[in-house]
Amino acid sequence: MNNRYLWIFAAFALLVVLLAIGLTRDPREIPSPLIGKSAPEFVLPRLDDDRPFSPKDMAGQVWLLNVWASWCASCRDEHPVLVELARKGLLPIVGLNYKEVRGDLSLDAAKLTPEAEKLQAAVRANQWLAAHGNPYALSVLDLDGKAGIDYGVYGVPETYLIDKNGIIRFKQIGPITPEVLENKLLPLIARLNA
Amino acid sequence: MIPELGLFSLILALPVALCTGVLALWGAQRGRPAWIALAKSGSVALALLVGVAYLCLTWAFVQNDFSVLYVAQQSSSSLPLLYRVTGVWGGHEGSLLLWLLMLAGWTALARFYSRALPDVLRARVLGVLCLVAAGFLLFILFTSNPFLRLIPGAAEGRELNPMLQDPGLVIHPPLLYMGYVGFSVAYAFAVAALLSGQLDAAWARWSRPWTLAAWAFLTLGIAVGSWWAYYELGWGGWWFWDPVENASFMPWLAGTALIHSLAVTEKRGSFKNWTVLLAVSTFSLSLLGTFLVRSGVLTSVHAFANDPARGIFILAFLVAVIGASLLLFVWRAPRVGLGGRFALLSRESLLLVNNLLLAVATGTVLLGTLYPLIVDALGVGKISVGPPYFNAVFVPIMTPLLFLIGIGPFARWKTASFAEILRVHKWTLGIAVLAALTLPFCHGVWKPQVGLGVFLAAWIFLAALLHFFRQARATQGGGSLIASALKQPLHFWGMHLAHIGVAVFVAGVTVVGAYEAEKNVKMAPGDTVGIDGFRFRFLGVQSVEGPNYQALRGEMELLENDRLPRRLFPEKRFYRHSAMPMTEAAIDAGLWRDAYVALGDPLDRERPGGEWVVRVYVKPLVNWIWGGAFLMALGGLLALFDRRYRNRRRAVAQENIAARN
Repeated sequence: MNNRYLWIFAAFALLVVLLAIGLTRDPREIPSPLIGKSAPEFVLPRLDDDRPFSPKDMAGQVWLLNVWASWCASCRDEHPVLVELARKGLLPIVGLNYKEVRGDLSLDAAKLTPEAEKLQAAVRANQWLAAHGNPYALSVLDLDGKAGIDYGVYGVPETYLIDKNGIIRFKQIGPITPEVLENKLLPLIARLNA
Repeated sequence: MIPELGLFSLILALPVALCTGVLALWGAQRGRPAWIALAKSGSVALALLVGVAYLCLTWAFVQNDFSVLYVAQQSSSSLPLLYRVTGVWGGHEGSLLLWLLMLAGWTALARFYSRALPDVLRARVLGVLCLVAAGFLLFILFTSNPFLRLIPGAAEGRELNPMLQDPGLVIHPPLLYMGYVGFSVAYAFAVAALLSGQLDAAWARWSRPWTLAAWAFLTLGIAVGSWWAYYELGWGGWWFWDPVENASFMPWLAGTALIHSLAVTEKRGSFKNWTVLLAVSTFSLSLLGTFLVRSGVLTSVHAFANDPARGIFILAFLVAVIGASLLLFVWRAPRVGLGGRFALLSRESLLLVNNLLLAVATGTVLLGTLYPLIVDALGVGKISVGPPYFNAVFVPIMTPLLFLIGIGPFARWKTASFAEILRVHKWTLGIAVLAALTLPFCHGVWKPQVGLGVFLAAWIFLAALLHFFRQARATQGGGSLIASALKQPLHFWGMHLAHIGVAVFVAGVTVVGAYEAEKNVKMAPGDTVGIDGFRFRFLGVQSVEGPNYQALRGEMELLENDRLPRRLFPEKRFYRHSAMPMTEAAIDAGLWRDAYVALGDPLDRERPGGEWVVRVYVKPLVNWIWGGAFLMALGGLLALFDRRYRNRRRAVAQENIAARN
């Protein structure tokens, strides 16, 4: 067929293919510079007994670091997935409770002393875990968000999969959906644990 | 009960739209009068059904019916009534319903304002519109039902995104959608013409008012959006080349080209294929914009909650609508005649250059918008394309286009004389150059880009005045010049007003870009900061209570040399239902400059009475940007009300008589 307008149709077909590929991608999925690097160091108090915790304590095992807060609405959506994962007993999940008090803009955190802030954070975090179930082997309190900065947290929830050598192997921005758990996390955990 | 009525109405609208579309088109093809007649009642029924559905959803918002999921997500009982009514289009589902309402509304308008059209053509136009509406109905019913119930109902809603609780955002989406969707009428005319094989001057004339109307609304919609971004986001910018802004800008560029190309097709019978392709492209770009916004393939400040099923549906819809019309075009176009011949320099050739430049501009915006997607699809990384690209490619494309605005109206159809145009323009050209060389010194420094911008603005403005004056004098007869000017046809007024709007816009963009002043400072109560002849004195911050938010309201005294001090009240708002603080900038607006203040954050959160980070801007001529856009839209609307579109039947009859004499 010799038609000099056919190229228009071809151009449109190309555009459709491009858009179709685009649909399979997530533009929010930004490659983290931390993948393949050592998990940044921190020492933070544990939520349950106030002892210090550091990522070094987890050396030799594959573990998950999950950033959460009671004020974070998406964390509630994600929570059942974490509870389910914890029940499987494949790996320990460590919770990084992020700016529990300061992140909640309905509170006037500025008026609190550091001690009062810590106390309030612990109360709120524990209440939330009691209400929604606790999938965490332990949680730590990152009151001022400094550890979060080292991990490049820019939205809660975020999750890091860390291998036996303390290297970050996977990062999830936003909630872990059942699909992400099934298709990405579980296969990777199985491989790292092997 | 009411939401179910709305849903029922929507469900009923689907077969109505489908049957009307299919039967009208089939009937027109086969020459069946009964089916052709169906187009008229069918399109009205569609508009009524969609209207009822829309009212039902609005009712659910007004009544705070939180057993409707969408209402619970977008509204709350503490939300002021105005925002409950406009909250209907605050989210994905409701804004799609608004889209559909506009489409049905345009279809009804096309049914009532097309009496002069042959029945068959009218049936085709309405049929195409009904089919497009059917596609949107399917989309809404299967992926985005706004009437879904939440059982048990929520006690309280999640409330409208605070960013949308603003008068600017109340009118931005409806205006924008009126424009987007309005191009569907031009599209329907193009498809109808392709189906009948009659691409003639009459088709172009019928399409013109619809295209003008859509274009004017789109212009207003974009301008209001830009204005909102300026005063609401607190960054003082007015255009960010965000993918979604680009999505509205592409149909605007294509629509601008279409308006000009339709003129050639109507007057001279040339560019028929090109015009019809433009009409199809303009609406296709509107649909593409919808796809980009709703499918989540690009990140943007406008992102709607996205769902892959929706993306796939819209893509399929795009393929059906655009693919079918392009196929029709590829099939029909080779058989369309070429129309009147024209010389290398003529009104036609200049409008051709106009169209080429606008098409290239559309292409560059499309490329820049899709480039991150292309790079990602090829798997070579993640990038984003921002203002440096767009500014770099846009200025060289726009400069010759803007220059041509001053020449185009003076060129004769068929063949024009370069010497004559130059002779007519010797003064305007001289004055524009003089203005470019001197006016920038008003702000102290002469900069090349300002010189260019001022030259173009002055050139366009003077050329429009000159052309208007010459035309008025030429048709003066025995009366006064003013009487003659007032008697000029509305389309002539409209054209020059729109072109002057461009001049005003260019002046605003140039001056604010080159001479705006900005300071980011720490201020304690009592501190003063000086910027570009102004002094801002910070008086402190108070706590204020809004209907559904708490705010820290700063008080700022604005001191200008010889004028009384004025008070500005920038705010930092905390809406109860959302965690995000909102910045409300305070602006002292003026024709020649805006003084703009936005509160950043307190240095010490424990003491909001203490030091704050404050952003102050002085923006010369910034309001000319929106003023120019407003003039453009006004020009489009004036042209729309030209007599020759109103009394089409009589005009056609007169032309026939004129042709015979």
